[in-house]
This record gives sequence, structure tokens and C-alpha cells, in this order.
Amino acid sequence: MSDEQLLVVEGVSKGFPGVQALQNVRFDLSAGEVHALVGENGAGKSTLMKVLSGIYKKDSGTVKFKGENVDVAGPLEAQHLGISIIHQEINLMPDLTVAQNIFIGREPKSFGKLFLNDRKLNKDAQELLDSLKLPLDPTQIVGELTVAKQQMVEIAKAISYNSRVIIMDEPTSSLTPTETSALFVIIENLKKAGKGVIYISHRLEELGKISDRITVFRDGQYIDTLKTKDTTIEKIISLMIGREVHVDLRPEANTSTSEVVLKVEGLSSKRLLKDVSFDLKRGEILGFAGLMGAGRTEVALALVGKDPITAGKVEVNGKVVKINNPADGVALGIGYLSEDRKRYGLLLGQNVDFNIILSSVKRYSTALGFFKKAESKKVSEAAVKTLSIRTPSVNQTAKNLSGGNQQKVVIAKWLTRECDILIFDEPTRGIDVGAKEEIYKLLRELAAQGKSIIMISSELPEVLRLSDRIVVMCEGRVTGIIDNKEADQNVIMQYATKYRN
Amino acid sequence: MAAKTSIGHDESQAKGGLVASIRRQAEQSLAFASLVLIFIFFSFANSAFYSWSNISGILLSTAVTGMLAIGTTFVIITGGIDLSVGTGTTLTAVMTAYFLSDLKMPFAIGIVVGLTSGALMGAINGLLITILKLPPFIATLAMMLIAKGLALVISGVAPIYTDSVSGWDQIALGNLIPNLPNAVLILFVSAFLASIVLNRTIVGRYTFAIGSNEEATKLSGINVNKWIVIIYAIGGLFTGMAGILLTSRLNSAQPALGAGYELEAIAAVIIGGTSLLGGKGSILGTVIGSLIMAVLINGLRIMAIQQEWQTVVVGIVIIIAVYTDSLRRRKDRS
Repeated sequence: MSDEQLLVVEGVSKGFPGVQALQNVRFDLSAGEVHALVGENGAGKSTLMKVLSGIYKKDSGTVKFKGENVDVAGPLEAQHLGISIIHQEINLMPDLTVAQNIFIGREPKSFGKLFLNDRKLNKDAQELLDSLKLPLDPTQIVGELTVAKQQMVEIAKAISYNSRVIIMDEPTSSLTPTETSALFVIIENLKKAGKGVIYISHRLEELGKISDRITVFRDGQYIDTLKTKDTTIEKIISLMIGREVHVDLRPEANTSTSEVVLKVEGLSSKRLLKDVSFDLKRGEILGFAGLMGAGRTEVALALVGKDPITAGKVEVNGKVVKINNPADGVALGIGYLSEDRKRYGLLLGQNVDFNIILSSVKRYSTALGFFKKAESKKVSEAAVKTLSIRTPSVNQTAKNLSGGNQQKVVIAKWLTRECDILIFDEPTRGIDVGAKEEIYKLLRELAAQGKSIIMISSELPEVLRLSDRIVVMCEGRVTGIIDNKEADQNVIMQYATKYRN
Repeated sequence: MAAKTSIGHDESQAKGGLVASIRRQAEQSLAFASLVLIFIFFSFANSAFYSWSNISGILLSTAVTGMLAIGTTFVIITGGIDLSVGTGTTLTAVMTAYFLSDLKMPFAIGIVVGLTSGALMGAINGLLITILKLPPFIATLAMMLIAKGLALVISGVAPIYTDSVSGWDQIALGNLIPNLPNAVLILFVSAFLASIVLNRTIVGRYTFAIGSNEEATKLSGINVNKWIVIIYAIGGLFTGMAGILLTSRLNSAQPALGAGYELEAIAAVIIGGTSLLGGKGSILGTVIGSLIMAVLINGLRIMAIQQEWQTVVVGIVIIIAVYTDSLRRRKDRS
């Protein structure tokens, strides 16, 4: 590490309607350094990176690049300055070759700018790849490469802009251990070449191997910066969590019975899941905790028949069942409330009545397929009343409702369908604080009425407050099932970061 | 070359590249093999099929729609669609004939008018898509109706004859090469040029890039809107060329001839292996696709199969072509 300061961020704030995503944070990066940025989901890491790469505009504060104040107005300006970001999702043209992707927009030409000079393109790419020691063939089609190699293409592309600062957002989230080691070698080479790397990762173990310093953010605020060699994972976790857990936020009533309604054994799916086992009792709220990409949503998608199950056994009410498609899941009384309710939960352009009845249309139709409008309306009006959905009438279009009330409409849909197992995926995402309380109360009431609830949440206080038991996942595996009495944020975080190596 | 040896290219990688390139060529030759098989089949089924006069007739019959298919290939590789090329052909034909006959303009102006009116239509499509942000389907559907109406207005709903222009019919029907209609020669030369533009120039590179991932292309600092307009204009240039060929072949512009050509063009492009999702495709494939359609229709006609059934067969061929393509794609993914 040299003393040359590449980047100094001071007093940067960024707010969105209803959320202060960044509050007066600071961060700095030296040449030849890997500086890790960690924090829970929603700590503000990604927001800061988007500010640095010109995707968001900061509200206040300064960003100094090589000692000079800069205003990164857009992705192009960031590129010109020499700040590149490698997003978690690969952002390449899959049908083009490696070389074509790297030099897109800057292709070497011949015959007076008219024709492409692919020989030079491939030669330049080969030289670049050689200098970075990346084992890639410039003429290979990118879509045919593994994710790890696509990432190498992104790195090469970033370097080709002569970037000094390279931001990597969760670069190892879809890499195998061998691929991760290979990536670390590449990062070491970048360091030697005097580049600065900002490294965002949930995998705290990795930070010890690759980072020089670690900065912790929490709730949009800067907490501390530590030298990697002087700290421990436990210390980092405690800084990440920080806030007090209020004991009075524990579930007021455990309505869980001993009757098992859903039993999952050795569940594996094509996407991610490996040997997942747990059971769910009548009247229970079973929390699912874990970091992003831990496989919690994938469990839900497998149980509702959206993702194919490749191994394992699912029992509903003591009977082994096969769930091949979403219709099977619904028929078994499993209702899924997606975190993206606007996309997967509601028909936004239709009214409340239409949405509530959607899964039960058959029951409210005559044998000839005519719709019993009056009867269905009575049912949806009753649902609006019991769940106290705030809407002028059931004829209101769903998109005009607030987030909390939209969520309730989806709940009403599954209750009308008489689903006894409800899977809530991030039930309070995008819902304001007051409405959150109402959703919490509703979940507890539903449990008290004998519904069984799986609640997936990235907000640990929410999980601790509502769940009777907590399933913690990591890398598609269940790493722990904890009774609420024994759970706290520390324990959950430790299970949630239990990576295999 | 210490650096070179230290990286090496692990064997699986090199093999992957080789296998992939062999497979790409195989895909191309698969379409070609189908064409040859269909050809052999009809040759055995009916001796009248296998004669030079019939074959050159087949080639002549593909000239107009083949030209449209070449232009459409560019548009489809971007992930778009152009429904206006059929009636666009009518409009450019009428425009050309109007300038030649009614305005008594010279030969060369006729060609310029045909090409520019086509390119202009394409550019307007591009602007509707990029500036007004209309989906390509809608923008070009509207343009299809506009072109159809304008062709009727300009022509006064009557054919415009171009026999007053000496040599106009030679554009399509002359024989620069003995026994080969010029229209066929022009089609092949255009295909060759189009192939160079698609594979060797920057427009071609961005055509593939936009169809492959428009957002990533934008983030790479490329003015995607500008290039979309240019690409649709290039497509329109081929529409203009098709209009010129059509007037030359008939020595007149027919105000109602052209509607439906766009579907034949799209079918040829798809049979030729270009993906409707964008990012993949080739001019050679499109030419083979056009020939497969023409050979099929001609062969069925010679075997005295009713025209109604010929259309059904073409429909089935499209299903087979696209289904095999999606099968191959699914295998790729796993």
C-alpha cells in the first residue's frame, strides 16, 4: 500500500422519500489497497457505491478523487475519471466475444474508420488479459463462459478504461471456492499495479484474506474503520449489529401448537438449495433469517412449486405431497406473498375485489363458468373489513393503495382461498413504519387463529420480534434452527455467516 | 514471452472455443443441408423442378422478399421488428414510378428516390422507437398503414407504368451474366455487402450489442438511440431496393402489391436462424431461409399442390425451424 490517496469521501448524505440512506458518511481509499465495506442489508453500502459510480447524485458532502473535488454526474463521467464498478449482476453483451465486450464503443478501426479491425481488437484484448494474467480467450463468446470468467471479463473491461478505483459488489456471491481463490489472485495483481479496490462482501471470512482495512456502516451511518490484521470477525459483527435489542419486542404470545402442518426433509433444488430440513407447526410463526443470497426465497419458491425440487420430501398435514407447479402449491393451501408484490402478488391495474377473488374464482362461479359477482363482492368486502384494508371501496384499483394496504390485499387473497400455510417474503419491505406495526399485529393474529406462517425477513429485529423459532440459512443450507428465547442478533449473524470454507 | 506462458490457455478453454465455433458453423450448415435436402426431394419428385429455367425462376421470385429479409435481419438482431417493409416496398415502388413517369425524371433519380424514401421510412421508424419510445411492433405497424395509404394516394389507386423509361426493366430482368436475371445478381451482391456491414463494421457490431443487452451497451457509453435510428434506416434502404426491383420486374408500380411481404421476410429471417430475441443472426442464414421458402413454394406448385396448402406448409416449416432453435438454446443453458 502506498500513501497516495485515490479517493476521499467526506460528509456524504443521500436521502430518498421516506428513507435517509446515507447520513454524513466518510470513506477513503489509497493506491494499492483493498478496502472492504461491510454492513447489514440496508446499511447504505450500495447507495455509496452508486454515488461513487455516478448512478445516484449525492445530496451533500464531498468526493475527492486524487486530491481534487469531483462531481460524478453519470456512469460515463465515472469511467472517464477512472472509477469502475463491477455489479453483482453481470452486465455484459452475452452474444459478443470477450474482446468485443471489453472494447465496446472503442473498437480499433481500419480503412479510415469505416471497418472494424478485429485482428487488432483481439490482439489488444489478449495483451490486456495477459497483463492481468486472466486465463481468457478473446474470441470466445461471453454467454458461453462461466459466471466466474464473465466476471473476469468485467474486471478486464473496467481496467481497460485505465481505472484507478475498482468497486466490486459481492464479487464472490456466485463463485465456487476455487474460483474465489482465483479472483483473489487477480485482486492481488491489481493491488501490485497500484489500483485501489473497494470490496463489498457479506462473507466476513473472506475479508481477512483479501482486505487491508474494513469500514463498517450501519443504518446509513459510518461506524468505524479497522485495520484487518488488528481485528476479529466477532468484533466486526458486533459493530455491524450495534443497536440494542429490546426485550419487550419479543413475541407477546406464542400461539404455536405441537401439531406439525408442514415437514420438509432434505429439500434440494436446482437453484441453490442443499438438503434443507425444517418443520412448521400450527399457529407458529417460523422466521427465516440469512443474508442476501442465502436461499430463503428459494425455499419459498420450491414450496409453492415455482422452482423444481430435485431431491427431498415435503409433507403437508402428515401426507407426503408432490408440488410440481404453483397450482399444486395453492391446492395444498400454501400461499406465497412475494417481496415484490407489485410484480408477483397483485394485478395492479385491477380493483381490490378482482385481486382478492383471483385465486378463488372457481368457487364463485357457476357450473357454466359465469361469475357470481354479487357473492364475490360480499366476500371481498368482508375481507376488507376484517383486515381493515383502507380503501374507499372494493372497486378501487389496486395500484392506488398504499404499500401496507396492498400487502393486506394479497393476504386477503390467500385467506379467501383458505390457505392455512402462508409464506411471507419480506412482508414489510417498502411499507412505512406505522403500517409495519399493523402488519406485525396481523401476522400474530393470523397465527393465533391457527394459520401457520413462514416469515422471511432481512431485518433481524423484525425476525426476533415476531418469530417463535428462527431458521437461519447460508449458501442454500440451513445452518441453524433457534428457539426465540435463545436467539439474539449475534447468534443469528454467526449462523448466517457460516460459510463452508 | 514469460507473461504468455505463465497464463497459458487451459485446455478446456481452448476446446470450448473450438467446439463452439464448430457448432456455430454446423448450425449454419444445418439450414443449408435442409435446403439441399428439400431441393433433392423435389428434383426426384418432379423432373420439371430440376431445370435451369425453373431454378432461375425460383431465384427471381426471391429477389424482392429476399432483399426485404436482408434489411429485416439487421432490425431483428437488435431485438426489434419491422412490419412496415411490405407496404413500404409498395410506397417506394410508387414513389420511384411517380418520379420516373409523372415527373419524367431520369433513370438515376428514380433509383435515388427509391433508396432515400426507403431509408427515410426506416429512420422515421427508428425515431418513433427511440424518441417517442413506442414499441417497435407498434411504431412499424403504424408505419405499415401510413405507407399503404400514401402509396394509394400518390398513385391515385392505379398502376403507374415505367415503360417510358428505357432500360428500367433491365434492372431486374437484364442478364449481365448470361441466363441469370440481374435481380438475382443484385440480391446476392446486396447480401454480400450486408454481410460485410454486419460483420466488419461498427454498425454491425452495435447491432449485435444492442440486441444482446441494450442496457449494458448504453452503460458502455454508446449512443444507443442514434444507432437504432441508423439500423432501421439501413433496413429501409433494402426496402427501397426491393421497391426498385419490383417496379423494374413488372415495369410498373402496383399500388396494392407488397402488403404481406413483411411476413415472408420475417419468416425467412427466422428460418435462417436469426433469433427474434435479438443478439444472434446472419445474412447467410437469411439468404438460405429465403431460398428454403422459395424452393418449398415452387416445388409444391410444380407438384400441383393447391396454393392454400403451400401456405400451410410454410407455416409448419416456421414452427419446426423455431422449435429446433429453442431446443438448441435450452441445451445450451443446461
